[in-house]
Amino acid sequence: MKFPYSFPLTRAFSLYLGQIVFLTGETFSSIFLGRIRWRLVLNQIVEIGFGSQAVVIITGIFTGAVFTAQIFFQFNALNMSTAVGPVVSIALCRELGPVLTGLMVAGRVGAAICAEIGTMKVTEQIDALRALAVNPVDYLVVPRAVAMMISMPLLVGECIFFALTASYYIATRILNVNSVFFMQHMWFYTHTKDMVMALTKGFVFALIVVFVGCQQGLTTSNGAVGVGRSTTEAVVISSLTILMINFFLTMALNIIFPAGGKF
Amino acid sequence: MTSPAKNLIEVRDLRQSFSGQEILRGVNLDIPRGETIVLLGQSGGGKSVFLRHLIGLIPPLSGSIKIDGEEIAHLDERQLEPIRRKIGMLFQDGALFDSMTVFENVAFPLRERGERSEKIVREKVARSLELVSLEGQDQKMPSNLSGGMRKRAALARAIITEPACILYDEPTAGLDPIVSDTINKLIRRMQSQLKVTSIVVTHDMISTNYIADRVALLREGRIHFDGSLANLHSSTDPVITDFIEGRSHEID
Repeated sequence: MKFPYSFPLTRAFSLYLGQIVFLTGETFSSIFLGRIRWRLVLNQIVEIGFGSQAVVIITGIFTGAVFTAQIFFQFNALNMSTAVGPVVSIALCRELGPVLTGLMVAGRVGAAICAEIGTMKVTEQIDALRALAVNPVDYLVVPRAVAMMISMPLLVGECIFFALTASYYIATRILNVNSVFFMQHMWFYTHTKDMVMALTKGFVFALIVVFVGCQQGLTTSNGAVGVGRSTTEAVVISSLTILMINFFLTMALNIIFPAGGKF
Repeated sequence: MTSPAKNLIEVRDLRQSFSGQEILRGVNLDIPRGETIVLLGQSGGGKSVFLRHLIGLIPPLSGSIKIDGEEIAHLDERQLEPIRRKIGMLFQDGALFDSMTVFENVAFPLRERGERSEKIVREKVARSLELVSLEGQDQKMPSNLSGGMRKRAALARAIITEPACILYDEPTAGLDPIVSDTINKLIRRMQSQLKVTSIVVTHDMISTNYIADRVALLREGRIHFDGSLANLHSSTDPVITDFIEGRSHEID
């Protein structure tokens, strides 16, 4: 068993994964033991959830619009333009909505979390917290994690709503798809489970963004350069992890919520 | 009921190394209650590292640290919290929370320890700020304070819960002589008014002469000298005389 650990990269990866798992465990144990500062959670919901709306809405609108146009150009050639609604809707719920929201939030919130905690680390503010007998995980990580777990599914829902609104507008007003067929087919083929899948993915991506951001922040060193490096790494690691985990999550969720069917 | 230990802090054979470099090579030091001890030593000599061990910010590689008779060397973060409540620490740059005002910074330890009455919080913050001569600055953000004011605000935060012991990490470093003198007087005032045990890490001899009851010199990871201020000044040990007189043996 010595072989995989002899590679520095494997060792670094195992160590990093271990740290993330440890931080996640400590955070959830604090949450279950009720060590939640609700005032800080509300502040973070405003910061993370409310503050990310513009980014998420704009992402949703233009993704919905461009995806509708592309699907229409392909389907119209096959005389299937009324299928645009369900295809766009299912794609948005199952993939584009959660993944794009996850990536945008990783860029905006993951970076902010890491930069803030990282700056606190290099300016000894984290040590000051510890010296004042305040656990940094309880004070910094728990409120951000709870706020993200609440905000992210809502942001995903918001992204999908605006994407579908844009899709409806582009399809029916600009591309002349029959609005009744568009809506009826969309409702018929989109099920509750597609939305559940979207929200589940949003929840998982929230955990990735918050724990990678916090972990990178808490292990920052080397002053301003270190904060910059940690922040870049937080965004890169969380974005790539979202894309990779998304595949495995899709496969797993497809077993629980198979495509087609009624619900 | 057991009587409290005579020494508030007892350190035995404390060792620490970072990246293979030995910083502390067996430090032994006893600090009785109510005493102000100044820990001298060259920059980078491990003084701040030693101080951080006393509040559990760094776990020792080996050795024993007893605070109020309780061994803290192997405690985890949560077990350390009751010990940390007995000790205040003034960080080198103050380490004020830059997202909070001075008032919120100073009130922070009280609120975190469950003080719900805003009236009591306001009274205690006002008293703490008055003690460090920072009245009327409570709504300022730390970024709008000078270096000396930041240190004084941080000191107000450290003393608001009336700890039994205060650790000062280079309290006068980077300050002009007038502000340094103010800080020195504050450290003296903490001792005379609050009867706290103080451990001051510094390489400032003016500060040492003003505040110290006892002096220890940390050299090459060990306590090279431990005694009174008078003994320090009467010492003929070249290491001590060089340090006091600020003499190096580098070639010009």
